[in-house]
This record gives sequence, C-alpha cells and structure tokens, in this order.
Amino acid sequence: MYDVNYHRPSSLEDAVKVLKGAGEAKILAGGQTLLPTMKQHLAAPSDLVDIRKIPGMVGVKVEGGAIVIGAATTHAEVAGNADVLKHVPALSCLAAGIGDPAVRHAGTIGGSIANNDPAADYPSAILALNATVVTNTREIAADDFFAGMFATALEDGEIITAVRITPPKLAGYEKFPNPASRYAMVGVFVADTGSGVRVAVTGAGEDGVFRHEGLEAALGSDFSPGAVDGVEVSSDGLLSDIHGDAAYRAHLIKVMAKRAVSSAA
Amino acid sequence: MAEISMTVNGKAVKRSVPDNTLLSEFLREHLRLTGTHIGCDTSQCGACVVHVDGKAVKSCTMLAAAVDGSAVTTIEGLANGDLHPMQKAFNDNHGLQCGFCTPGMIMSGVDMVNRYKAEGRELTEAAIRHELEGNICRCTGYHNIVKSIQQAAGEM
Amino acid sequence: MSDGIGARVKRKEDKRFITGKGKYTDDIRMENQAYAAFVRSPHAHARVKGIDASAAEAMEGVIAVLNGQQLTGDGIGNLICGWAISSKDGSPMNMGPWSALATDRVRYVGDAVAVVIAESQAVARIAAEKVEVDYEELPAVAQADKALEPGAPQVHDNAPGNLIYDWGLGDEAATDAGIAGAAHVTEMRVLNNRLSPNPMEPRSAVATYDEAEDHYTLYTTSQNPHVARLVLSAFYQVAPEHKLRVIAPDVGGGFGSKIYIYPEEITCLWASMKTKRSVKWTADRSEAFKTDAHGRDHITTAKMGFDADGKITGFKIDTIANFGAYMSLFSSAVPTYLYATLLSGQYDIKNVYCNVRAVYTNTVPVDAYRGAGRPEACFLIERMMETAAREMGMDPGELRRRNFIQSFPHETPVIMTYDAGDFPGNLDKALKAADVAGFAARKAEAAKRGKLRGIGYSCYIEACGIAPSAAVGSLGAGVGLWESAEVRVNPVGTIEILTGSHSHGQGHETTFAQIVADRFGVPIDNVSIVHGDTDKVQFGMGTYGSRSGAVGMSAIVKAMDKVEAKVKKIAAHVLEASEDDIVIEGGEVKVAGTDKKMAWHEVGLSAYTAHNLPPGMEPGLKEGAFYDPVNFTFPAGAYICEVEVDPETGVTKVVQFTAADDFGTIINPNIVEGQVHGGVAQGIGQALLEQVVYDDAGQLITGSYMDYAMPRADDVPFYTIEHNTTVCPNNPLGIKGCGEAGAIGAPPAVINAITDAIGNNDLQMPATPARVWAAINAAKAPMAAE
Repeated sequence: MYDVNYHRPSSLEDAVKVLKGAGEAKILAGGQTLLPTMKQHLAAPSDLVDIRKIPGMVGVKVEGGAIVIGAATTHAEVAGNADVLKHVPALSCLAAGIGDPAVRHAGTIGGSIANNDPAADYPSAILALNATVVTNTREIAADDFFAGMFATALEDGEIITAVRITPPKLAGYEKFPNPASRYAMVGVFVADTGSGVRVAVTGAGEDGVFRHEGLEAALGSDFSPGAVDGVEVSSDGLLSDIHGDAAYRAHLIKVMAKRAVSSAA
Repeated sequence: MAEISMTVNGKAVKRSVPDNTLLSEFLREHLRLTGTHIGCDTSQCGACVVHVDGKAVKSCTMLAAAVDGSAVTTIEGLANGDLHPMQKAFNDNHGLQCGFCTPGMIMSGVDMVNRYKAEGRELTEAAIRHELEGNICRCTGYHNIVKSIQQAAGEM
Repeated sequence: MSDGIGARVKRKEDKRFITGKGKYTDDIRMENQAYAAFVRSPHAHARVKGIDASAAEAMEGVIAVLNGQQLTGDGIGNLICGWAISSKDGSPMNMGPWSALATDRVRYVGDAVAVVIAESQAVARIAAEKVEVDYEELPAVAQADKALEPGAPQVHDNAPGNLIYDWGLGDEAATDAGIAGAAHVTEMRVLNNRLSPNPMEPRSAVATYDEAEDHYTLYTTSQNPHVARLVLSAFYQVAPEHKLRVIAPDVGGGFGSKIYIYPEEITCLWASMKTKRSVKWTADRSEAFKTDAHGRDHITTAKMGFDADGKITGFKIDTIANFGAYMSLFSSAVPTYLYATLLSGQYDIKNVYCNVRAVYTNTVPVDAYRGAGRPEACFLIERMMETAAREMGMDPGELRRRNFIQSFPHETPVIMTYDAGDFPGNLDKALKAADVAGFAARKAEAAKRGKLRGIGYSCYIEACGIAPSAAVGSLGAGVGLWESAEVRVNPVGTIEILTGSHSHGQGHETTFAQIVADRFGVPIDNVSIVHGDTDKVQFGMGTYGSRSGAVGMSAIVKAMDKVEAKVKKIAAHVLEASEDDIVIEGGEVKVAGTDKKMAWHEVGLSAYTAHNLPPGMEPGLKEGAFYDPVNFTFPAGAYICEVEVDPETGVTKVVQFTAADDFGTIINPNIVEGQVHGGVAQGIGQALLEQVVYDDAGQLITGSYMDYAMPRADDVPFYTIEHNTTVCPNNPLGIKGCGEAGAIGAPPAVINAITDAIGNNDLQMPATPARVWAAINAAKAPMAAE
C-alpha cells in the first residue's frame, strides 16, 4: 500500500475540512472494498477520513414511521436490528447475506452505497425501496443517487450520514452469488412500496444497479411470482464474463425476481 | 505516523507505526504475533481473522490506526492456560492439516458459536458451512472443520 | 499397542498450529533482512529492449535493482526440466531456455525481468512499479490447440510449431484393429481444465549469504528441500551443495506446486550474495496465480471399442498438453509416464494406444498438481465408461464389472504391472454405502422439490511412489526416486527419526511416530520426527505423488530393521542369551520364554556407555537406510456421487459423496480419511468451480479469488468413506498411498452425476451454473440445435 494519512475526526465539520483540504482524500468507513483496492495499488488516496467515530453515524432509529440507518452502521448491525427486521425484513435478509461474517462486522451501509460497486447488494435495496440518502448537505432520492458503475451523485466533501427508508408493504431480495467472489452476479430487490412496485437489479448491469420497468409493470398489476413469467428481460446492457453471459444473467434476473416475490414479507 | 494504543490478548500495547499499516501487518511485523496469516489479498480466504472488541474481522482489511483504542484477540491469545474448546475440538477431530488456515478457522468458529449462542439460534451443519463462507481451506475438504465446530459448539 | 499401526491417534503437531505457534517461512525474520519485489511482464509475449531502473534506484530505501543480464553474467544457470522425453521419431524434447530473470524475451504475464531489493516490502513493491521496461509486444498464444496451428506465434525458437515432443505409448496398429472390429465405439472430446493449486500459504523464500563462510541458507516453502538444494546447486550453479543449506520449515500445503524450484528462490539466493543482506520474498495471492505452476490443461479426443458383451476391444487416445511458456521441473513426465501409463484404468484391455503432443503457449508453466496425469487419465476413462454404458443401455456398474481386472499381477498394455487389488469389492462397498438401491426414491423425492437428481460412478486406479530408480532412469528421469531415513535411539531410549519425506500437512510427526511405537513399543511421545532441513537430514527426495507412506515409511522400516538387529545383539550379550531368542515387546527387550529382560532404555544406555557390548561392536544406536521400491503402488477405489441440479439456475449441489478406497495398510485412519476428504474437495472443485482462464492475448482473467472459484464449506457435503484393503505386496508395511486418490477419482463421478441428472452428456469441466443451465436447455431443444 502507498503512504496515506489517516484521520479520525470527531465531527462532520472536521471531516469536511480534511476532505476539502489538499490532496486526494477519501472517506474510510468499513474499508472492505477500499482497503483491498489500495493494497493492490489500484487506489492511492493521500488521506483517509475515518467517519465511524463521528457522533450519530452509527445506529438505527425509527423516525416518523421511517427507518433511519446511520451511514457507518455495519452490515451485521443492520442484519441484527429488531426495527429493521420488523419493518423491512428483506433488508435484514440482504444485510445478513453480504460478504461473510467478518466482512459484515466491518463493512457499512454508507460505504457500500457510496462506492456503488456494480455487484454490491445494498444499492438494489436503496433503489427499490425508494430510500432517501441523507448527506451532510442535502437529501438525495435513490433515483437520483446512483450514476453508473462506481459513480454516484455525491459531490466532493459530501458525506453520507444516513439512509432513510419508508417501510414498504412487502419486499423481498434474492441474489445469485458469483461462484468465485460470492458477490451478486444477479441480485433482485422487489418492493411494493404502497405507491407502486419497484424492482432493482444489481450485479448484472454494465452501468451498475438499475430498475426494471417491465418487471415493475407486471408486478404492479399482479404482485405474484407468476406475473414474472410474461416479462421480457433483455440481455442488452448486461454484463458478460467467464461466470455467465448476458443471456444467462437476463434469465437469472427473472428467476431471482420470482424468488424475491415469493419470499417477500 | 500513527500513535496506536490497544489491548492485544489482554495486554496494553502502544506503538508508533506508519498510517498505512494494516492490522495484520501490525500484529505480524510489529508485535511478531505470526499466528495470524495472510493467504490472499482480496479479503476472501480468512486466514487473517482476529477478534476486535469481540467480533471476528479480517485483519488484512483493516488499518491498525482504525483499531486504536480497541481490544484485539488473536489465535495466540485465545487460550486461557488450557486450550480453548475450539482449539481442542480441532485437535480432537483432525480439523487441520497444513495448519495455515487454522488460526482464521478457529477465530471464525469461536465468533460464530458466540453469536449463535447469544441469539439463541441453533448452529446446524448448514449454518456452519454458510458461516464459513469467508474462510478457505485447501486441505481438509471442510469435513473435519465442520465436525470440530460442531463439537466446540456443544462445549463452549 | 494403542498408538501403533491402525490407531486413530490425534496429531502430535497440532498444538503449535492451533495456538498460532507454527513457523512458516514468512514468519521467519533474519537479522539485516531486506525484501525483494519482482518486476513482472504485463505482456504475454514481448521482446525486452531495455530496462531503466534509475527512478527505482533513486527511491529512499532501495538497496539494489538487479536484472537478468547481471544474473546470467554471474553464471546462474537456466531453469531445467528434469525428465527427458523423446518423441516417437527418437528426437529429444525441445526445451527452450528459461532464465530466472528474463534477459531478452518475456513469454507469459508474470515472467520476471528484474528484482528490487529494498528495506521494506512496501518500498520494494512501489519501486518495482517504477522500473521502466521497454517492451516490444509480440503476438501471443494461450490455447494449446491454437499453438499447434500453422502460423501460430512461436514461443521458443528451438521448438518449431511450439511442439515440445510428439510421444506415443502402446501398440497403435493393434489398437486400431481392436476398435475397427468393435460392436460399439464410444468417441469423446474431453477437456481437462487448467487449475491453480492454491495451497493456502503463498510461496515464500528467505535467503542469507554468509560472506565469511561463503555459505548460503535458504528458508523456503518446499515439498522437497534436498531436491531444491540439488537443483539449485547442480543446475543453477547458485552454490555447491556443501555450501548451501535449504530448510523447509512448516509449509502450508503444496499439492505439487511446491515441488519445483522457481525463479524467485534462485533470485533471492543470488541477490543475498549481491547485496550482502538476507533477502525475503513472499508472494501475495495475485502473484501466486501468476507464478505458481498450474496443473492439468489437456485437450483429448478418444475412442473406445466394445464387443457385443460390453468387453473393451481397444482404447485410443490423442492428447494435447499445454505446458505453458517454459518446461517446469517435472512437466514432461506428467502427460506421459504419469498419464498414459494409467490409461488401462481398472480394466482388462488388450490394446491401448496414446499419443501426446506437448505444446508451448504464452501462459504460466504447467506441472504436477495433486494427482498429476492420473486425474487426467481417470477422468477420461471414467467419462468414457459411463458414456458407453448409457449409449449401450447398460448399467454403468455392470459395464465396469465386465471389464474389471480380476487377477494379479496384471500387466497392462501401457507398461504397468498392477500388483494387487479388489476392484469388484471396492465397487460393492461403494454401492452399499451409497445406498444405490434407494437412489430412485431419492430422485423422485428431489423431483417433487423441483430438483434434478443424478448419480455418477468413478472407478479409479492410480500409481504412487513412482519407482524404481533404475526404471525411471531408463525412462528419462534425472533423479532417483528412493527415500532415506535415519533412526537415532538416544541413551535414554527416546528416538529421533530423520526422514527425507517432508510434511506440509500430511501429519508425518504423528504417523511416522506410530510405526516406530508399533515396532519398539515406546510411547509416541518419546519419538520425534526430524525433517525439512538439509543440514539435519542427509538426503531425501521429498513428498509428492503419495510417496511418504509407501516409500518414506519403508525407508524408516529398513532403518528400524537394522536398529532391531543391533538391539538384539546387545540384549543377547547382556542377558547371556541367543540373539534368536530375543523379542521386543511392550517397551521391553526380552528373552523369549524366560523372565530375563531389559527395559528399552537400558539397551539404549548400554549402547552408549559401551561398558558391556559384544566384542567388536561399535558403540551407539543409530542406523540409516535408503529404500528404493521395486514397483509403483496401485491404490484404487470406487466413488459414487449424487448431485441435485436446480434446473432454473443450473446450480449443482453435491448432496452425497461416497468413497470406497483400497490404500493398502492404513497407519492412522483419521489422517488417511482427511486426505480423502481434501482430495475429494479438490476434485469437486475441479468438476464444478475451478478454472484458470486466459484470454486469446494471453492475459490472465482469473488472477484472484474474485474470479477463481475455490471450493468453500458450503460447496461440499460430509463425505462417506469406506476402506477395502488389499495390502501392497511390494513394501514392508503393505502401504499403497492415499494423498491423491480423492482428486483423481472425484471429478468423473461428479460430471457423470450431473450429466445423468440433466440428460445431456455434453458437458465439460468446470460445470458452472451457466454451463449446466445451457446444457439443460440444449437437452430440452435437440431439434432446434439440429
């Protein structure tokens, strides 16, 4: 790993100061993606700003009927949280299936969505649940947040502080893990939000997480596994690699969508 | 340089190390606790698993500076005089061959048993296999590792 | 004897490993230690026009940047392949030059061109990135069949058409005739996927040059430290043997990949002399994928003829073996004498002919990986047998039974003489343990859950303890394949066994102690095993090819014979009895039929006090032996795999795996079963998950665990293990060997089961979900495909 300066600010203001200071500073949360990238010399930030000790960044609250998850809350904490389990069980299930137990003890929800890895699980939940990403400067709707592979609407010096989710009527998540990495090769999150059905697909798209209009329309009129059968899922824009071509991924989107609907709670 | 204070295996430790020092490197090179192993660079093999504040983490994917103020337990610190039941179970069940993945397996095994017990969940064979997703062994075919964890779960 | 042969003794070596006190090479830190990082080619094939190291050399903490010109200038020799194979026309194999650091050309992604020696690993690695190499890219070829096509890029100038050798074994005309007259002919094209061995401990080396003594010490991750010293000394001219000590401390798995002496160890030794520093290098996993010798990678077409009764009339095989960019140490033997010689399988076949073309490509060198040649042979035969049974509408077990060899010794048409076995008995045990009778019910139950359940068999035979030395020498081997041992009885009666075998997970500290305990009646805690250090053990050939039991233990037995003879002489003298009446029993040396006896330690003490020894006897109690086997050993078995395939996703789950093995005498069932478990998991890995992939330009696609799928705990089931023992008649303990069986026998059982489940036999390894799903679809729509 190249040299780096580590900072552990105790306030958002201090964090922003470092981020906006000289050099190429990056936010460090769980580090489960960033550190391996740095070890392989594929990233070389000058400074790392560890935001986990900033007050309010960790934990789950219920506010006005919405679930608010602090950005530095680990996957294990989300998976084990009683409020999440009660209001959005599909999210508990998703969090419990990210990486492995040791990764879940370190990786965070904020880190996952800020990184927007095309094979990460959380982006599909955020998008399908129509969640709001709260930062130190504003609130961003999920539809405006993800901007293609590894890209988001976040600006320099902007720090995710929380994710706010209005509990859906029903939601489910199923992933097909890559046999090697165990990341999502295809992950489908379906949610009946109460004001419409949203379906988000991760792992499969060349531009990262995306919503699938066909599946949303079909499930909007009939939220049942059988409704998926008639939907055409195109392989255009889907990834092809040694683990599966775009046609296989297109097929898996339907299979995972059906299973997500079946398991929705 | 980062000034780091932490408790490692029950002892207070203070060192000044470069900011980019990984926890695994800190343990192996600075404290010479070489039981924590490095088997990959993509956070998948789990040979480096240690406990930070009682939770299993991959020490190769964590900066030592980020663990400042925490309590770390490594394979060397697991036993309290006698072998820990998980260590004993690995010996009883031939749960290791070359021994390289073993420290990580044992630390992950202890972590999973502790969690399941705390949550009152049953640690079934399928659960053990699923929980071992982040630990790769090339020698044992996992058969005796699963048996070892099953035995220890009954004794811990 | 509770700790003797056959006892399930818990391993003595475990304590240090389960407490984090194992000592692996990377755990060693020398005084004055510096770190090496290699500058590696990003191109599969390129000319090296120049190296500019000035920016790296200017970095703080960089001690030296060394290159191939300097290395060869100092007289360091090229890496060699130690087994000479001639083509059918008698011409020698075409071995291209391989320098530890490339001088003029790089031939695979990862080929080393320079090394940086620095004060820390981090600085060394950053400096290595700053070394500017001027490459002129050349066209590359990664696939063996493409490398044979006219006009393919040439990997080595002295191997025209990239052909290393074109070799054959067996009687081609008789085989053709046998197939021509057959009632049924099964033809297949079978690929054996390229694998990366992946021991969990990456390779590592720490080299120290002692200027005052002009002496080198190398700690390294080796399965055979003496072979390493021999090769480093005799061929690479690093140092003469008496000036070079090689130590392989705790080694974290090998599976073949740590047999070879790689460019990195040579370079570290040389660099330690150049810099007068201890030099350490430890691979990270990415480097391991790029530099550890790969395994397998065969393209085979084969025909097998059967008469109307299902008896095999002939078996003809054509194989192309990918050797990668250079000929690794034992590469040439793998697809010849470790492959073609096993192509008769467990079957009485009159005629077998195998042709093998070995081919250079711009990929990592390929050599032995767990099983080495035998998995390739077994996979081919057992896929053919299952396929033939399906084509002829026969039960796959019955077809095998009709062809099993029933009497021994049996000479095959591919130069092997099988010494003992019970092939029908193995299959019977497996059928029973796997409850094959209940399969139909299990299949029906699975169907209710929407799963396709299938069953597949594999009856493997392999050859272990490759030998005898004179025979392998006549076939081109550059070394002898015996083993050495020394038994030292101390004055207090405790015993040290010095062995040339090397344990890197096999549990020798326990099993070797067990055979001593069994023989002399001493507690195993009074026996220690010394291995892995050329200064302690005089010589040894190391551990690979399942040879530690059959060959290594036999050498210990030979040395124990000599100790016993001396013990009896001493006791007879002291007890005033005839030597013939002396028996060793329960830790005592007794005169049979009397109450006269000495405790074991009293004999030891007598030998060293030398106060009362027979006239002319030398004091002391220490004996050595070299054991050269008279034949290979032939472990064999029957494996039955059951899978469930999810037709919607193509995901295969191995739900039941039964192994019935004949390993000869078993010293410690725990350890033997552990070997089977691990071997089977690697076999399941090959069948379902693992594959090294290069793109057409020779770039490695599977360079980390993100893309190379390793078997994990939830990819495998609990295994059912049965033993059906016939002892090996050719070594003193009757041992056959068990280290590779699982990796040999498992892959065809898994693929036979999947193809049974999905009703489509057209499936290559690894049977990834995507491939299985495609095969299911192809089976559903045969008309569309036609």
